[in-house]
Formats: sequence, C-alpha cells, structure tokens
Amino acid sequence: MWVFLVTEIMFFGGLFTAYVMYRTLYSHAFGDASNHLDLTMGAFNTVVLIGSSLTMALAVHAAQVGKRGAQVLFLLLTMLLGSVFLGVKVVEYAEKFHHGLVPGPYFTYHGPDAPQAQLFFSLYFAMTGLHALHMIIGLGILAVLVAQARAGRFGPAYSTPVELTGLYWHFVDIVWIFLFPLLYLIARHGGA
Amino acid sequence: MEPRTHYLNADYGIRSWLLTVDHKRIALLYLASITLMFFLGGVFALLIRLELLTPAGDLVTADTYNKLFTMHGIVMIFFFLVPSIPAVLGNFLIPIMIGARDLAFPRLNLLSWYIYVVGALFTLFAMVTGGVDTGWTFYTPFSTTASNTNVIPTALGVFITGFSSILTGLNFIVTIHRMRAPGLTWFRLPLFIWAHYATSIIMILGTPVIAITVLLVGIERAFHLGIFDPALGGDPILFQHLFWFYSHPAVYIMILPGMGVISELIACFSRKRVFGYGFVAISSLAIALLGFLVWAHHMFVTGMSVYAALIFSFLSFAVAIPSAVKVFNWTATLYKGSVSFEAPMLYALGFIGLFTIGGLTGLFLASIGVDVHVTDTYFVVAHFHYIMVGGAIMAYLGGLHFWWPKISGRLYPETLAKIAAVILFIGFNLTFFPQFVLGYLGMPRRYYAYPAEFQVLNVMSTAGASILGIGYLLPMLYFLWSLRYGAIATANPWQAVGLEWQTPSPPPTENFATTPVVTHEAYDYESFAFEAAQEVPVV
Repeated sequence: MWVFLVTEIMFFGGLFTAYVMYRTLYSHAFGDASNHLDLTMGAFNTVVLIGSSLTMALAVHAAQVGKRGAQVLFLLLTMLLGSVFLGVKVVEYAEKFHHGLVPGPYFTYHGPDAPQAQLFFSLYFAMTGLHALHMIIGLGILAVLVAQARAGRFGPAYSTPVELTGLYWHFVDIVWIFLFPLLYLIARHGGA
Repeated sequence: MEPRTHYLNADYGIRSWLLTVDHKRIALLYLASITLMFFLGGVFALLIRLELLTPAGDLVTADTYNKLFTMHGIVMIFFFLVPSIPAVLGNFLIPIMIGARDLAFPRLNLLSWYIYVVGALFTLFAMVTGGVDTGWTFYTPFSTTASNTNVIPTALGVFITGFSSILTGLNFIVTIHRMRAPGLTWFRLPLFIWAHYATSIIMILGTPVIAITVLLVGIERAFHLGIFDPALGGDPILFQHLFWFYSHPAVYIMILPGMGVISELIACFSRKRVFGYGFVAISSLAIALLGFLVWAHHMFVTGMSVYAALIFSFLSFAVAIPSAVKVFNWTATLYKGSVSFEAPMLYALGFIGLFTIGGLTGLFLASIGVDVHVTDTYFVVAHFHYIMVGGAIMAYLGGLHFWWPKISGRLYPETLAKIAAVILFIGFNLTFFPQFVLGYLGMPRRYYAYPAEFQVLNVMSTAGASILGIGYLLPMLYFLWSLRYGAIATANPWQAVGLEWQTPSPPPTENFATTPVVTHEAYDYESFAFEAAQEVPVV
C-alpha cells in the first residue's frame, strides 16, 4: 500500500509541477484568477474533509478493537462527509459554468491576462477533478467496507482492509490540504 | 512409467488458464500475448521499410505512413519492449530463483495480465477504427489540437497498460523483499533479480508520470483545457518535460532486465562467477536512479538555457559509467573462463556487441553540438534501435532460449538455434548500421519520401529488415516444433547454478517440494564443478 501511495504521489506530482511552473511564470494572472474561486466554499470543504479524516481514523480504531456498531457508524459518517464535500464541489463547478470560467469555447474572462487565467482554470479543473475522482473511488471502497463491517469481518485479528482504506483516505485528504492553499489562498487579495 | 505432474499438466481446460494464479502460467499468457503484439509491430516495421525502398512515396500515402510508424512505435514500446522480459521471464523466474512458491500477490499478477490485454485491445481498437498519426511521443500541440485521428483511445490504451506495469513492479518489489529462501541474503541474489528490482523501482516511480501526461493530453483534446496549448496559455514544452521524465527511464525498463539476463548467460557459459558481482548489482540501481535525471537530453533543440543543457549533457554522460561497468565486468568474466558457444551465449555476445555500439553512439547524442546536428535524423533511429532492439530483444531471445527447457520441459534444436542467432545478428546490423550513415548525411526520420542519393543505403536497410524478419520467425517456429518433438529436458541441461535449476523441468505448481536453503554465493561455479567431480558416478 505504501508503494501504491508513492505512485499516487508521482501521479499528482506531474500536475503539481505543471502548476508550480506556470504559477512562477504568470504569478500575477494566477493571483487574479484565483480571486474567482469561492474561498468560503473551499474553506468549508477543507473542514469537512479533515472531519472525514477524523471519522475514518475512528473507524480504523473501531475495527482494530472489534466494535462492530462503531465501525459501521464511523464508516457511514466518513461517507457522509465525503459526499458533502463532493456536493459542495458540484455547486462550485456549476457556478464556474454559470460565470463562463470553464476553459473551452465558452470561456469568458474579463481581465488583462485572459489566456493565462484560462490556464489557471484548466489546472484548477484538472487537479480538483482528479481529486474528486479519487474521492468517488474512495466512497465506493467505503461502501464495500460498510457491508463487510456489518457482516462482522473485521476484528482485532484482521483489520487490514480498513487500515489500508484509512491510509488511502488520508492521502486524498493530504492532497486537498495542498490543493486548497495553492489554488485558493496564494496571492489572494480583497475585492474582485 | 506414470507421467510426472507439473504446472503445465496439473490442470486442463481454458478456465484453468484464464483463471490461474500460478506465476508460471501467467508468464505463458504474457508470452502468447506479447508475441502477438511483437509480430503486429514487426509487420508495421516491414511496411515502413518497404515504403522506403524507393525514394518516391509510392507504396502508401503520407497519411498512412504516419499512422504506420506511430503504431509501430506504440505497439513495440508499450506492448512489447516494456513488458517483455519482466512480464515473461521475470514472472516465470523471480519466485523460482529466490526459492518462493509464487509472487507475493498472485491474484494481482493475474489482474496485471488482464489490464495489459484490455490496454492492448483499446489500442488495437483505435488502430482499426482509423489509427493515429502523432508519432509514439504524442507531441503537443499537434496531438491535442491539430491531429484529427484517434488520439484519445490510443492514449487511454497506454494509460491502462501503465497500471499493469505499476502492479507488476509492485509485486516484484514486495516478493524480492519478503519471500527469499533462508540463506538467500541480498548479496547472494542472482543479478537477474537485482536487475528486476531496479526495473521495478523505475516502473513504480515513472509510470504514474506518463499516466498523468497522456491523461492530460486526452482531457485537453476532449474538454479544451489549455495545459499544453499555447493559444490557451499553456506550454507544449511542459509536455515534453513530463513525457521524457518517464520515457527516458523507460529505456532502462527495457534494457535493465536484459542486462540481468546477460549476466546469467555469461556466468553460465564461461563457468565463472560474474567478475565484480557487487559492482554489477549496484550499477543496476545506479542506472535506475541516474536514468531519472537525464530526460532533458531529448530536448536540447527546444531552446532550453545553456546551463540546463550543460547539466543534462553531463548527467547523460554519467549514465554511461554504470553501463560501462557492466560491459567491462562481463568481458572480464569471459577472460580465462571456459567459454562455450551455445545458442544463448551467441545471443549474449551479440547483445554485448550491439549494446556497446548503441551506447557509444549515445555519447554522441549526449554531446550538445552533435545532437543538434543529428536530432530527428536516422542517426537517432539507429541509436535507439541498437539499444532497444539489439539490446533488449537479443537479451529477451537469449533468455528465452536459456530457460526454454525449464519453461517447456523440452530442448530446442541447438544447431538451428545457432544459425538463427547468426542470421539475426547479420540482419540486424545490415538493417540499422546504414541508418547511422543516413542520419549523419542528413536524412530526417518520419519522412515517407527522400532524395534519390539516399536510395542505396535505404535498400540495404530494407534488405537487412527481411533477413531480420527471418531471424525472428525461425525461433518461433522451432520453439513451437520443440513443444511436441523436442527431446525431453533434464532438470539442469546447462549444468548451471541457481535455484531454478534445482527443481524439475517443468517445475511443479508449487515450484519446490521443500523450501530450499541457500548455502552458496551466487554463480559459485568453482565449487559446483568440484562437487560434481566428487560424486561417484552411478553405473
């Protein structure tokens, strides 16, 4: 599992490299463009996701000590928080569509550095989209775990799947912890 | 006498093969599918050479020609060279060589094969529904905005196959760490294992980067995101950086396992321990790590800063050091060894010769001045074919011959095999040596027509390609023949050391009746000969 996470780091690493490079090249345009992201929703989602990491950790603990009810409860809570995150993401995406901030033929951006701003949104959608895809996969795995936990498969003797899913979930969480400041916070200023 | 039960006859029927978790059977599944892809890529290659027989572009249209060389590149690299030795020989041998019953994750191993097949089908689908004309490198912005061919399905095929590569690498690393037989310390491992260990590291670290890169190309085409498209603020050079960050190390994915095979062959057929065993082992890891630092030497002509170019030039020279360590150590092993020239050994010697030529011309390319002169000419084509075809395929075939008795339980016809090896060597040089000259004279790659003065060399190259084709067909034919008519192989037909020779040929499903305990260093041919001499012959 650790080795798999290394591959995931390399996978996102390519995107982060691209982002950092363009950020340096077009720092002003990126700063302007990042003002169009909704800080409130981003911050809210960050809190939601950290909360889900906590419930996930509690679920792992419950699996290790073999409390069946607590396992199911915490796994379901994790799924709930993950779904809230994705729901907020859908609202955010819809807003971008509404304001014509989705790169492509309908991109309408009023500002001095339109091409660079479009690049920013390209990266925004690629990075958060890929992150959301990982969340969806995570939700699928969690659903399987809930069924297995209900059947009482996990206890002190065997809890590996829950632990590994926990690692995965924390990884997805960490990626967001990097995405949030990079996309939403850096070079932000009032107004816009 | 009751026939012995082994992995091939332990179970019958299609189901027993398609649902097997035995690493040996999965290796054979790979062998079949990879051979199929190899012949497909070979047919494309022959068509390319036939088109270049005459200066005018008269056999196929320019458009078809572009699709031909693209599909040749994609099929050969992603579906043959990258998986060939690890997936076939590695899968078959790694558990046996370390005295394990199977790989660490047998079901994951089967899944890897299915992923490979799905990726291949995706790519073939893209091919029959119109093909793709970007070149195997998918360079942007052509691939994202200009090309009107099947870029997305092809890229998806490559993306999917990448998972197969990652999972195989992961499986190998865990197996080598956790499942070695008692007494088999790290520095007693066969060099084949060391090479695969290093290769797995590259697979795991490199493949995700190509995955995200081709994914971005697909997204950019589908949704017009502007990551690489300059019109949308992106930068096509970034694509090249990301692409070569995988694709240069990928060359070592293709060649390192080959070096592992060659170490086994050289040791066995000169009856000696590989000279400087430790250096050869560590040089594999050195190649793996240095390989990640040299990608930008593919990009000297993209207008990077002089300092960056100098650093990448220097690092590229540095990779030559561990490679040369291996070549010198093999040569030193041969020195004063009791060398015998069986067919696998001919392949091994051919490998050393061709790899040395390929490596030396690599130094030309690492020098910025020469590189600018020969970039995108046939010089480059010849260089990487010497490394990848002359190196990787020679090693693959050599290994296949060497372990064929173990895999199939039958012997192949030795004389015919020697003739095939010589035909292959001659055909190979006739095909690719003229291309060095062509490239130096200035013939660019990827053109389907050329000025008349290049014709003589091109005809030579095409003639060589048909000889090469015979050299590939022959082994296929006599391997198939041997399955039915070949002499029954003993457990150790080469009198080689190594755990894989201590189990019957073909091995039983669980590889060893009892877990072996290792008491000797690797390649301990001296004491092997001594012990053999002590044995009282049974009359």
